[in-house]
Amino acid sequence: MGERNANTLTNESQKVLEMLGIDKRFQGVHALKECTFELRKGEVHALVGENGAGKSTLMKILTGIYQPDKGEIVYNGKKVHFRTAKEAQVAGISIVHQELNLMNHLTAAQNIFVGREAKGFMTDDRVINERTRKLFDSLNLNIKPTDKISFLTIGKAQMVEIAKAISFEANILVLDEPTAALTISETEELFNMMNELRAKGVSIIYISHRLEEIEVMADRVTVMRDGQYVGTLVMKDATLDQIIKMMVGRTIYEEPKTKSHVKPDAPVVLETKNLSSPLVKDVSFLLRQGEILGFAGLIGAGRTEVARLVIGADRRFRGDIFVSGRQVNIKCPKDAVSHGIGYLSEDRKRYGLALGLSVTDNAMLASLDDYASSGFINQRKCEQETYKYIKSIDIKTPSSRQIIRNLSGGNQQKVVIAKWLIKNCDILIFDEPTRGIDIGAKSEIYKLMNDLVNRGRSIIMISSELPELLRMSDRIIVMCEGAKTKELDISEADSEIIMKYATLNDVGGKKHG
Amino acid sequence: MVNGEKSGVLEAIRRSGLQKLLALGALLIMCTFFSIFGQNFFSHSAFMNILDASYYIGFMAIGQTFVIITGGIDLSVGTVMMSGALIGGVAYNVWHWPIAFCLVVIVIVATIFGLINGLLIAKLHLPPFIVTLGTQFISLGFGSIVAEVQTQQYPTVNQADGWFKTAFYRTQGGFPMGAVFLLLFFIAAYILLTRTKLGRYTYAIGSNEEAARISGINIDKWKVIVYVLSGFSAGLAGILYAATYTTIVPQTGNGLELYAIAAVVIGGTSLAGGVGSLVGSLIGVFIMTVLKDGLMSMNMQSQWQIFFTGVVVILAVLLDIYRSKKAAQVKN
Repeated sequence: MGERNANTLTNESQKVLEMLGIDKRFQGVHALKECTFELRKGEVHALVGENGAGKSTLMKILTGIYQPDKGEIVYNGKKVHFRTAKEAQVAGISIVHQELNLMNHLTAAQNIFVGREAKGFMTDDRVINERTRKLFDSLNLNIKPTDKISFLTIGKAQMVEIAKAISFEANILVLDEPTAALTISETEELFNMMNELRAKGVSIIYISHRLEEIEVMADRVTVMRDGQYVGTLVMKDATLDQIIKMMVGRTIYEEPKTKSHVKPDAPVVLETKNLSSPLVKDVSFLLRQGEILGFAGLIGAGRTEVARLVIGADRRFRGDIFVSGRQVNIKCPKDAVSHGIGYLSEDRKRYGLALGLSVTDNAMLASLDDYASSGFINQRKCEQETYKYIKSIDIKTPSSRQIIRNLSGGNQQKVVIAKWLIKNCDILIFDEPTRGIDIGAKSEIYKLMNDLVNRGRSIIMISSELPELLRMSDRIIVMCEGAKTKELDISEADSEIIMKYATLNDVGGKKHG
Repeated sequence: MVNGEKSGVLEAIRRSGLQKLLALGALLIMCTFFSIFGQNFFSHSAFMNILDASYYIGFMAIGQTFVIITGGIDLSVGTVMMSGALIGGVAYNVWHWPIAFCLVVIVIVATIFGLINGLLIAKLHLPPFIVTLGTQFISLGFGSIVAEVQTQQYPTVNQADGWFKTAFYRTQGGFPMGAVFLLLFFIAAYILLTRTKLGRYTYAIGSNEEAARISGINIDKWKVIVYVLSGFSAGLAGILYAATYTTIVPQTGNGLELYAIAAVVIGGTSLAGGVGSLVGSLIGVFIMTVLKDGLMSMNMQSQWQIFFTGVVVILAVLLDIYRSKKAAQVKN
């Protein structure tokens, strides 16, 4: 490593990895812009940023899953280029993905050594059980090598996956949101394991949304935003506020709302009390007529789960729902629709639309009962009704018979909106309404939402994009780990407050495996 | 967590593999039932009848178990078996090959169909259901084309090449050689499934194909091997079928695959993949053949046998769903 002495960093010799000028585009989306990252031997290096900041993409490039368009990776002083995940693994760079990649029906040992059984055709579980036992012992893991993954808790399964990554003699270990599904005690166990690995000289890249965990664990932290490298801080000199500022510090291109547009005496159209399910903890809120109520939080905070409880898509353990002051018993989505609650899924292609059907068929899907007599659909009336909405909310389609698949994302979303308007839904739940929609169409959706509330409808808007929430909402509810952590009037809301409550971890203490 | 004690017991049952005993228990209950209520069910001839019917289904079910554990399905085994047996018959009757070669022909034809299935599924990524439905018709037609729609007759015991019947079916003294071969093949397959890479990857692919791929396993190769094995098993089934029934009628065999699949499912192998055992499949085979002979001993004819086979399949799957639901509760 002595040859490379271009700069005179004192700990040059400790540097195991450098990523320089990494650039990556996906079909026109500039995912990474000239990104830089540096890792030293035996450090825990946190990588933070909002959803979509490019953390995962950068790590996928490091581990050979994606190829960079530009830039170079220097590993142990040598320029490297990994074409597959396997190549990176063999070189000593392993990643544990957020979603587990284990075979549930196989044992822990079989999972760890799958594809690396003894030479020849026969397998001998005694050998791999023994090797796994040694591996687990060295990591102080209390798991039997012969336990099937399906009998382990998610936390233990995660440990198995980490042990598998370590078993490749990893020098660099990437952990992508490893604590997302863990209980407090499991998280502690994970931290102990990370400390031991660090002591052994393994470098760990730790992606997490939970800043207080980073504060405890990380030696250094690198912040990314909008696909760009923002900066690297030494953790013991940094404050959480500083990190949050770096995370959200972009210029906000949307004009934020400064005050609520809802009349203070507007009637309450929807109220929930103590909604609870395995993923939602005692969520209560009010929605007034003509209001846009924003739900902020990180992915997995339980916002969609709240919506699914309201519309009866999931079963609630506890909690009451009131529509216009009257308690209602919503047991399935059909009940919700009959009470005038329409849900626009975040994944409209899977849950919102029948892609192969026409605009009319999709728009009328929820209302066919009202447009049919003795089982026969009155197609002409359907076309007329749909046409009315094509005009009024400006769906750009050559005809009402056009197949939905051929419309743009924004116009598809409008058809879903039309569907609920035709069904006379007064309460609309928009789940990530602008995902996958280009900027021009976005502002049209915003305009439409404003029109809807001006005409007396009420909207719940779930979004992971803070600028969007700040621009549209009259009130914002912040969630973290299934619980409501803060309710803010728009006049008091800004990115920093929201991020603070969205990463608040102390409510997670109630969680049990 | 609500019923911690109970779930502990269930977990213990699942861990120790007692679920297989459930199928075995059902089999024993059926035997007892028919012994009491049937006429002459508990006799040597009834026992032999049960064995006879289990040979070819047993071989097919063993191959099918591998396929279903990977999360696939092989709908072609019944017609592939018959196609092999027909073409082997043509080799014997028309081409006048020695009987030993003809038996090899049966296995080769069936294995080639398995290879075709495997290549189409693994390399072209076609759904197994569609591919094997296609090869079901192809093998059904192909056998008849080669045989020119003529029924093929294998030698009977007293004919020149009759030794093959005594070797594969019953000895002169009536000893069931078919059962010996089924047992031998079962043991070989059992070792293959539990002690070799083929077996390990069969489970791995069915459990989480993507995870297996990421772990560096050549998924395509092992999938092809699994379907080849299924074809090979169907070929052995063809030999046993020819030895048992002697007469092979063209354009038959469709529907027999369903008995093999039913046996596998009754034995606790999940159609979703990742779970399954050969012991279970073998018990499944005998549950069906016992049911058949038992109902016969109660004077209920084939329409009733078919009817009750369906009932048993649905009960078995219901039980499986109930079991996995309980297991999911254990996990939570």
